[in-house]
Amino acid sequence: MAPAASELTDLTIAGARAALAKGEMSARELTEAQIAAVEAARPLNAFITETPEKALMMAEASDARRRAGEVRPLEGIPLAIKDLFCTEGVPTTAGSHILDGFTPPYESSVTAKLWESGAVMLGKTNLDEFAMGSSNMTSYFGAVESPWRRPGDDRPLVPGGSSGGSAAAVAARCAPGAIGTDTGGSIRQPAAFCGIVGMKPTYGRCSRWGVVAFASSLDQPGPLTRTVRDAAILLGAMAGHDPKDSTSVDTPVPDYEAALGGDARGLKIGIPREYRLDGTPPEIEALWRQGIEWLKHAGAEIRDISLPHTSYALPAYYIIAPAEASSNLARYDGVRYGLRVPGADLTEMYENTRGQGFGAEVKRRVLIGTYVLSAGYYDAYYNKARRVRSLILRDFTDAFEEVDAILTPTAPSEAFAVGEKMDDPIAMYLNDVFTVPASLAGLPGISVPAGLSASGLPLGLQLIGRAFDEETVLKVAGVLEEAAGFDAKPQFVAGGR
Amino acid sequence: MADTNGGLIQGKTGPWEMVIGLEVHAQVIGESKLFSGAATAFGAAPNSQVSLVDAAMPGMLPVLNGHSVAQAVKTGLALNAKINLTSVFERKNYFYPDLPQGYQISQYLQPIVGEGTIELDLPDGSTKEVGIERLHMEQDAGKSLHDQHPTMTYIDLNRSGITLMEIVSKPDMGSAEEAAAYIAKLRSILRYLGTCDGNMEEGSLRCDVNLSMRRPGAALGTRTETKNVNSIRFVKLAIEYEARRQVQVLEDGGKVVQETRLFDADKGVTRAMRSKEEAHDYRYFPDPDLLPLVLDPDWVEDIRRGLPELPDARKARLVDDFALSPYDAGVLVAERETADFYEAVAKGRDAKLAANWLTGEVFGALNRSGMALAEAPVDAKKLGGLIDLIADGTISGRIAKEVFEAMWESGKPAAAIVADQGLEQISDTGAIEAIVAQVIADSPGQAEQFKSGNEKILGWFVGQVMKASQGKANPGLVNRILRDKLS
Amino acid sequence: MAVDRATVARIAKLARIRVPERDLDALAGELSNILSWIEQLSELDTEGVAPMTSVVAVELPRRADAVTDGGYPDKVIANAPEAVHGFFAVPKVIE
Ligand SMILES: [Mg+2]
Ligand SMILES: [Zn+2]
Repeated sequence: MAPAASELTDLTIAGARAALAKGEMSARELTEAQIAAVEAARPLNAFITETPEKALMMAEASDARRRAGEVRPLEGIPLAIKDLFCTEGVPTTAGSHILDGFTPPYESSVTAKLWESGAVMLGKTNLDEFAMGSSNMTSYFGAVESPWRRPGDDRPLVPGGSSGGSAAAVAARCAPGAIGTDTGGSIRQPAAFCGIVGMKPTYGRCSRWGVVAFASSLDQPGPLTRTVRDAAILLGAMAGHDPKDSTSVDTPVPDYEAALGGDARGLKIGIPREYRLDGTPPEIEALWRQGIEWLKHAGAEIRDISLPHTSYALPAYYIIAPAEASSNLARYDGVRYGLRVPGADLTEMYENTRGQGFGAEVKRRVLIGTYVLSAGYYDAYYNKARRVRSLILRDFTDAFEEVDAILTPTAPSEAFAVGEKMDDPIAMYLNDVFTVPASLAGLPGISVPAGLSASGLPLGLQLIGRAFDEETVLKVAGVLEEAAGFDAKPQFVAGGR
Repeated sequence: MADTNGGLIQGKTGPWEMVIGLEVHAQVIGESKLFSGAATAFGAAPNSQVSLVDAAMPGMLPVLNGHSVAQAVKTGLALNAKINLTSVFERKNYFYPDLPQGYQISQYLQPIVGEGTIELDLPDGSTKEVGIERLHMEQDAGKSLHDQHPTMTYIDLNRSGITLMEIVSKPDMGSAEEAAAYIAKLRSILRYLGTCDGNMEEGSLRCDVNLSMRRPGAALGTRTETKNVNSIRFVKLAIEYEARRQVQVLEDGGKVVQETRLFDADKGVTRAMRSKEEAHDYRYFPDPDLLPLVLDPDWVEDIRRGLPELPDARKARLVDDFALSPYDAGVLVAERETADFYEAVAKGRDAKLAANWLTGEVFGALNRSGMALAEAPVDAKKLGGLIDLIADGTISGRIAKEVFEAMWESGKPAAAIVADQGLEQISDTGAIEAIVAQVIADSPGQAEQFKSGNEKILGWFVGQVMKASQGKANPGLVNRILRDKLS
Repeated sequence: MAVDRATVARIAKLARIRVPERDLDALAGELSNILSWIEQLSELDTEGVAPMTSVVAVELPRRADAVTDGGYPDKVIANAPEAVHGFFAVPKVIE
C-alpha cells in the first residue's frame, strides 16, 4: 500500500532517500505530495514563486535516472530555495520590488550543484528584502507567518529572518529541506524560531556566485532541515570550491554524514561567559545550562571561556554590513533589469526607482552604509569596525586553542508576534546578538532545536566551530539533537498532522 | 588674451608659469577583461562582448585576470617604479549609466605600483625627468552614446570591465610641449613593452590634464582637470587654451574654480562639465569580493629580467654605436619598428646617411601614402641596397632619389632599377671630358666670363654638364674637369 | 552622532534614493539612534590593531587570460526596462 501524503511530507531527507532507494515511492509521488503541501501552506506566505511544473519535470527525470541505475546523492529530494539564489528562467526577487520582472539567464553555483545532485526545485521562498531583517516582515511580498502559534493564542508569529520562508517551509512540512543564506544569523535564528536545524558553514565553504549580495564579506549559503543528519547531507551537496567566487576556498569537502554518530568523549566545549546577557529570559538560560549538562553527559569536557569583545560585535556588524550593502545595492538603478520609475532626467529616474523600489529597512541600511563610508567618517566608523572585527576573530582564535566547539543560545528570545519590534530597529537588530560574532569571524555555526519555551515555542542552541571544521560542529550538534529529543510539531502542518 | 611662450605666459600684470600633471588611462593589451572572461577587441556589435559580470547582474562576482597584473608590473618596472608586493582593490562608488555596478573596481590607498620616473626627450635635444606618482589597475566603464537619439542616451557595455592602467604623473611639466613629450614618451614605452597599443583614436590611451597657473616660483595655484583629451595635438591645444583662460580669470581679479572640464575639440576650448551639480564623495572601501593582491618577489624579478630594451637604453646605444645626435636617436627609437628598421639599414653602412634616408625619404613616402612602416614597399634590406649603390659610387645622390621613387612604385631592388634604366653614374674621365669639351664649345661667352673672374658661372656649367649626361655624371669629377678645361 | 535633515538629504542624494521632505525628520531621528548605538565602538581601544582585510586565509586567485564568456548580447539586454538597437537606453545625459 502506498504511504499517505502526510507520511511522505513528514519524511526527512535521509528517510526519503531510503524510501526512494527501496522503491516504496517514486520521486514523482514524493514531489506531488510536497507540491500539495506547498499549496496547502499558502496562508503562511512562505513562497514567493512556486514551480510545480518544473518540480514534476525534475522528479520525472530523477525517476528515469534511478531506473537507469544512476543515483545521485540527492536523487529525487524536493527542496525549497530562498529567493536570493538566482535560478535560470525562474523569477528571482530578493524579496524586493526593485527586481520587478527580473528573470535570471543563469543559475547560482549552489543551486546548480543541488540540481546536479538530483534534487528537485519546489519553488522560491520568501525572505526579508535583500536578506535584511530578522523577522521576514520586510519582504515586499508580505510577511511570512510562522507555522507555530502559542497554544491558546491566535496571534501570528514571525518565523525569524531573513531565511524565514525557508525555515517556515521546512517546519510546516512543505519541503524536507531548504537552502538559505546567513549574513549575521539569517539561517540560524529562523531555524531556532521554527524548531528546525539551520547551519551557516564557514565563510568560503559554499559559493556566493549567483546569490544576490547583501554583505559580501559575511554572506554564506547554508542548509535548513529538520535533522542534523539532513543538514550534513545537504551541506555536502552545496559545498565546494568555485573558481567563479574569489573568496571560495579550495579545500576538500569531507563526508559530513560520516562525521555523525558517537558521543562527545574527548571533545572540549567552550561556554563563553560574555554570552550571559542581562535580560535574557531565564528559560533560555536554563536551556543553555541543560545543553551543557547533555554534552557533559555525553562525555564532553566543558570549559568556561572568554570572548572579551562579544558586546562590540553587533555594532561593528551594523557598520560593516550596511557599508557593503550600500555599495552592493548600487547596481539596482533601473538601467539593465528590474524596476524603472521614470523621472524628469536621469538622476530623478535613479532616485524614483530606488526610492520606490527599496523598502524602509533597506533604505535605512543603505543610508547608514553610505554615511559611514562617506568622506570624513570612514576611519571613525568603517575602519574602526574592521579593527574590532580583527579583535573578535582573535577572541575566537584564542578560544579554539582551548576548545573544539562553543555552545551558546541561538537567539535571545523566542519568536515574537508579527508587527512587534518593527518601530525599533535596534531592538530588532538585537535578535542577532548571539549569531553575529561567528559571522564576523567567518566561522561555521549551527542551530539545533533543543526545547520549548514556557509558552510552547521552540528554542535553539548554537554550536560554533573552527574554520572549515563543520564536521565537529555537526557531530556535536548530533549529540545535542539526540539528547534533546525535540519532536514537537508546529500547530500548522501542511497536509494534516 | 595673453601669449604663451615655452610655458611662461606674459599677462597684463606680468609673467605666469604653467604647472601641469597628467593622468593617463592606458588600456592593457590582453584577450579578456580585468574581472571577467569577455573579449576586449575593438569595434564589436553593442553588448556582444559583455559577460553577466560586466553587466553587474545580481550575484555576479569578479575574478582577477593574472595577465593584467603582469602587464601592470611590467609597466611599473619600465617606469623605474616601486612595485608594491601587496595592493588592494577598492570600490569607487558613483552612479552613472555606463557604470553597471554602481562602483568602479580600482585601487586607491594601496596601488600596485608606486613612485617612478620618466625621461622626456625635448625638441631642442635636451632631456627632462618627470616623476610618476603611481600606477594602478582599474576597470573601464562602458560607453555612453549621447547623440543617437533626441531624448535618450544609449549604453554599450563592451568596454565595461576592460583593464586600464591609470598612470599619474607628478605636476612636473611646465609647458604644452613638455606634456606632449611626456605622452609621446609614455606611449613609446608602453608600445615597446607590449602592455598598451597606445592607439589614441580608439581610446586605448586617454589623457586627463591637471593644470594650474602661478607666478614664477610661487606656491601652487588652484587646478582644473580637463578630461579625456584624446590626441597629443588636443592635449597641447587644451593646455594652451586652459592656461590662457586661467590667466585671464586671475588677472581679472577672479579665482580659478577647482573643477572638472571637458575639451571641445571642434571649438578648441575647454568648458566646465554640466553634470557636476554635487561634490563627489566616492566612498572608497576595499572590495569585499576580492582579497588583497599579494605578489611573489621572485615572480616580479622574473618579469624584470624579461623586460625588453627600452627607448632610453636603445637611444643611448644608437648614440654610442652609430655616433648619432641624441635628437636623431630619440626620433628613431620612438617606435620599436622604426629603430629595428634603422639598425638593419645602418649596420655596416654610413649611419648618418641611413638616418637621413629613413627620416627623410621613407617617412615622407609613408606620410604621403598613409602606410605603416611594416607595409612599406621599400624594406630595410632594399633601402640598404640603395645606400650601398650611393656608397660605392654607382649612382649619385640625386639619381638615388629617382631610384627610390621607382623602388617605392615597383617594389624592385635598387640595383635592378639602376641596371634596367642605365642609371649608373658616369665616372669615366674620358667620357666626362668629352661632354665638358662640348659644353664649353657651345658656350664661349660663359667661358669668357669665368676666365675674367666670375667664379659663380662654374655652377651653371656643372648644371649644363649634368643635364647633358642625364644626371649620371659624377659631380665631383665634373667639377674638377670643368676647372681644368676652363682655366 | 546626531544627523540632521540636511545630512540625511545629502546622503540620500549620494545614494540616489528619493526621500520626501516630510520624511526627513523621522529618518534623521532613526539614523541618529542607530549611529549613537554604533558609537559604543569608540570606547574600545583599537590602537595598533590592523583592520581585518579578508575573512578567508587564502591568496587572491588569478585566472588565465582567455576569452571564456560574453557573446550573448540578447541575454545581456533581455531584462532591460528599455533597450534600443541592442543598447540599453536611459534618459538623455548632458555632460
Ligand atoms: Mg582621473
Ligand atoms: Zn581612473
